[in-house]
Amino acid sequence: MKCRRCRAPAVIEIRRHNAGFCRDCFLRHSREQVRKAIDDFDMIRPGDRVLVAVSGGKDSLALWDILRDLDVDVDGLYLGLGIGEYSDDSGRCARAYADEHGAKLVELDLPADVGFDIPTGARVARRAPCSACGLSKRHLFNQAAVDGGYDVVATGHNLDDEAAVLFGNVLRWSTEYLGRQLPVLPAGNGFVRKVKPLVRLGERETAAYCVLKGIDYQVEECPMAAGNRHLGYKAALNAIEDQSPGSKHAFYFGFLDKASPLFTPEAVAEQEQLQACARCGTPTTGEVCAFCRLVERARG
Amino acid sequence: MVLRNPRREVELHGPMRVHALLERLEINRESVLVIRGDTLVTGDIQLHDEDEIEIRPVVSGGSS
Ligand code: SF4
Ligand SMILES: [Zn+2]
Ligand SMILES: [Zn+2]
Repeated sequence: MKCRRCRAPAVIEIRRHNAGFCRDCFLRHSREQVRKAIDDFDMIRPGDRVLVAVSGGKDSLALWDILRDLDVDVDGLYLGLGIGEYSDDSGRCARAYADEHGAKLVELDLPADVGFDIPTGARVARRAPCSACGLSKRHLFNQAAVDGGYDVVATGHNLDDEAAVLFGNVLRWSTEYLGRQLPVLPAGNGFVRKVKPLVRLGERETAAYCVLKGIDYQVEECPMAAGNRHLGYKAALNAIEDQSPGSKHAFYFGFLDKASPLFTPEAVAEQEQLQACARCGTPTTGEVCAFCRLVERARG
Repeated sequence: MVLRNPRREVELHGPMRVHALLERLEINRESVLVIRGDTLVTGDIQLHDEDEIEIRPVVSGGSS
């Protein structure tokens, strides 16, 4: 197979683009896809300071690297989750990238700075680990961005992640989530803008990007993820994609284009009813926000 | 060829194309990268007995 752009031997085929790419053309293609997502959805504006949430995995490291290549003013944020060896290795990958590239990495540690780790916190609060984890990340990423004077938090959610979440939300018609499943959530209410610049890249592409750029990432899977629904959705979507390349892209971007506006009024109305958390000031539906309740129970 | 697929090692005899290898192992090609030596290879590439191959899963499971 030859590179679509320069006819050199290809190292990767992307079936939904009906194309193969050599190393350099693939890296350029990846940057262009991120640039296009940023521009199409008005994710990052000139002068914005961006904080990218770096897990040490392929997506967030690829994102950090691409944003730096695109001359975005960007620093990394690593949040230690206290998930044993997995977290130790993840932190090492994030730090190694920062050291090698002279990039700035802000570090936070859930056990040391907040007082609990994900496995214990989830068990004590009787939440699924990924739900406790997601809640903590959302809260602490935003907090770190506000504290550090950043305008934007960027996360490494890719096309596969977004398509799988959409699939789950559609299966259960979770309309309030459908209304908020957007590649950009505007700032407001104490939240900085949240963006997902990798929505045009699949996870096979972000992994390939790291391999080809020599970026060492956490290859092991988080032990908390095993058997979760999200993985089942991804397997189902990949089975469809294999038969009919481009399905994931059509599913997700078709949703944004044609269906998402139907659900946003409900989500906006819900946002407007929020009041400040009595503990931390974060907008919430109750008196105390879900994160503060988690912290309270997890610290015991 | 030797497959390093983090936790297991499989002996297979080539020559065989990458696509055929994945089919034989019942692996969806959307869910992995195939690495020979230190670079990626496309599905049409012929693999040989002396090759060291890694089939690297790319699907991550977090839902947040
Ligand atoms: S798999 Fe779940 S618990 Fe593990 S890092 Fe991802 S969201 Fe957190
Ligand atoms: Zn090329
Ligand atoms: Zn709170």
